[in-house]
Amino acid sequence: MHTEGGAARFRAWWFAGGEPRLGALDLGLMLGFVALLLAGAWFAEAFFTERNMSNLMRQVVANGLISLGMLLVILTGGIDLSVGSVVALGGVLFAGIADQLGIGPALLVAVSAGAFAGFVNGTIIARFKLQSFIITLATMGIVRGCVFLYTEVPISPSHSAFRDLGATLIGVVPLSMMIMLACYALVWFYLNRTPAGRATVAIGGNEETVRLAGINVQRTVATAYMLSGALSALSGAILVSRLGIAQPSLGFAYELDAIAACVIGGAALGGGGGSVGGTLFGVLTLGVINNLLNLVGVKSFYQDIVKGAVIIVAVLLVETKRRKK
Amino acid sequence: MTPFLQMSGISKRFGGTQALRSVDLTADSGEVHAIVGENGAGKSTISRILTGAVQSDAGQIRLDGKLQYVTSPLIGQQLGIRMVAQHANLVPNLSVAENVLLGAMPTGRFGWWIDMAAAHRQVEQILESIGFEGINVRRRASRLSAAQRQVVEIAKAVSVKPRILIMDEPSAVLAQDDLTKLFTLIRRLREQNVLIFYISHRLDELYAIADRVTVLKDGALVGTVDPRETQRDELIRLMVGRPLQDIFPRRVWQAGADILSVNSLSRTGVFENVSFTVAQGEIVGVYGLVGSGRTEVARCIFGADRAESGEMRVSGRAYRPRSPRDALRAGIAMLTEDRASDGLVLGLSIRDNMSLASFAAVSRMGVIDRRTQSELVQAKAREVDVRPPNIERPVGKLSGGNQQKVVLAKWLLTNARLLLLDEPTRGVDVAAKKEIYTAIGHLAQQGMGILLISSDLPEILGMCDRMLVMREGRLVGEFSSEEATEENVLACASGGGKGTHAH
Repeated sequence: MHTEGGAARFRAWWFAGGEPRLGALDLGLMLGFVALLLAGAWFAEAFFTERNMSNLMRQVVANGLISLGMLLVILTGGIDLSVGSVVALGGVLFAGIADQLGIGPALLVAVSAGAFAGFVNGTIIARFKLQSFIITLATMGIVRGCVFLYTEVPISPSHSAFRDLGATLIGVVPLSMMIMLACYALVWFYLNRTPAGRATVAIGGNEETVRLAGINVQRTVATAYMLSGALSALSGAILVSRLGIAQPSLGFAYELDAIAACVIGGAALGGGGGSVGGTLFGVLTLGVINNLLNLVGVKSFYQDIVKGAVIIVAVLLVETKRRKK
Repeated sequence: MTPFLQMSGISKRFGGTQALRSVDLTADSGEVHAIVGENGAGKSTISRILTGAVQSDAGQIRLDGKLQYVTSPLIGQQLGIRMVAQHANLVPNLSVAENVLLGAMPTGRFGWWIDMAAAHRQVEQILESIGFEGINVRRRASRLSAAQRQVVEIAKAVSVKPRILIMDEPSAVLAQDDLTKLFTLIRRLREQNVLIFYISHRLDELYAIADRVTVLKDGALVGTVDPRETQRDELIRLMVGRPLQDIFPRRVWQAGADILSVNSLSRTGVFENVSFTVAQGEIVGVYGLVGSGRTEVARCIFGADRAESGEMRVSGRAYRPRSPRDALRAGIAMLTEDRASDGLVLGLSIRDNMSLASFAAVSRMGVIDRRTQSELVQAKAREVDVRPPNIERPVGKLSGGNQQKVVLAKWLLTNARLLLLDEPTRGVDVAAKKEIYTAIGHLAQQGMGILLISSDLPEILGMCDRMLVMREGRLVGEFSSEEATEENVLACASGGGKGTHAH
């Protein structure tokens, strides 16, 4: 009796929008992911070891956080090319002041700096209605330059707890992974349960409608970029903590993997589509591919080729489906 | 003898709307064939299928008895089929001459460069030959008026000597004297054995120019008649399928206090010196040709654009909106002309779309209270009768009429006291139209003030307590519902007669 009600409720929830929450394509992509894992187990003995799993999780955190911020920006119909530089900003700043301020305050400063960079991006783009591609291309250079102004040499702080953020394991699961998942949960809540979040999603679908609904579009868009900056800086801090050293060249070209993860996860460049769950899936898929190819000892340029091919196939599948609708 | 054009069994579906249901249509060369029907009857769709702009789901097209597959606009053009669209599709940053000759510019030696002087001469000749000289061919298309743009479209279509020319409501933007020139042109093309489809819902024009009239209703063929043998009333009955007054709600209007008063409102180059009032419970209609400034006035009242001079008062208090936010705060909402481009977020659910303008009412401390939201949205969806009543459904999957109900519900949730409606029933089928009229009638009955902008004259005449007529950015007439007739309002809008008091 009770279970029947449960099943009916589940069905109602699953088909709430008139079609299943996950269509054949989504399930297909997931099957592909499972196949990837199985292939991993088959070809690389070291794949399903506790050690490698922990490693894999630690590795995906950096791109995971950046992609989450990128998703917010893509949902508004924009793109944030400056994330790689902001990763460096967050990482270098965190390492640079950790010894004086302590870990907590240093992290706060680093993330705030990233948020500020994002806020500047978003405000310029939304206030003057400029193309995000151009503005973030410019700030990508500016922020990178500032990072080199701050330090031209790698920084490795001596603070005893410096490496905790990136290296601590709780069981098999890294602390950084938990932080990342918490961020995913928060952003999911923001996008699905708050007025500002729903407005973010709606702006990518139709900005004029949102403006005419009396919503402050400029503030909503600026918030998306600000969150992207904050998440990228957090990613940078975790990354340098994991590596133990902060290079000013950190995060170079990271924007590409982040865009790729969003797109594999079903996000539509130009706005109007994308989800937190999909992005997480994209991040994991890219992470597993990287990890596997590393384990099997494939040279990095082959990895780039494989990743590129995966992106094209995923986008082809997702876009063909979208156009059919 | 086989007719020149035979279309048979043409069907087309757009999302949830069956735009055409197995329509058969035949027409001959040297004929002016009018296609009439209400908004959403399928007039534009069948033309676009003929030109290859959209593909039919079923049906055949035969030219001179030969089966043709018009699967793209290019094939349509090669077959000599041209259309003058209702909304001109000119390239805004090219000149008039470049637009007319797009893809066929005259070139100099060896075809290495474009001979601009020749192009200008050629287009001047074309304009002259169709009787519309006086447009500067060097001017950028973006700087033309709506009427001039339509003329350029016509020149573009005629310049390639088409065998079939389709004109989609040219009179929506052309004033009386231009329309006279257009009729002269059409008659000349008819003599040259061109088949002309003339789409319109103005009966006077059909009687002036058409040899045959095909009536469409809700996407189906009602019949093809000879206008010389068919009375006006009979034609209206064919178009609407029932006497007109039945689809408009009956209501008793009692004048309340003024909600909105507008005084000498102006915006340079768009409209000038516009003054009027809207009272509680009153439905005020605004009629005018496209480009007459009616939508722009409403946008200024809603704060989407800014007026440069003049003043507005809402319930007696000075009102200067700088954004739609200000307007909503003052209790003014606007249903915009184009649902898809600025009324809805098609990919999002009914729930999201309906509460987009009233998030504050359903959230606590920056978090949406899903239960309150569901209750409010569901109640409103029931009130305006959205079908299906599933609030999680993406609005892109609803029919046009139901989409419009969602937009209406969105504004009702803001507790507005004044509703600006810009073409609320465009592209909506008759049944949904009636429901929307009923909803508007209810709102007025409850004391809401309504400004109804429409180019559907029967709609304005059937719904409004008072109507204003705009022409070229000015308010040129005002009629009470008793004095307004189709003839005098039309004449006033296109420059002929006058209303009771011209401003």
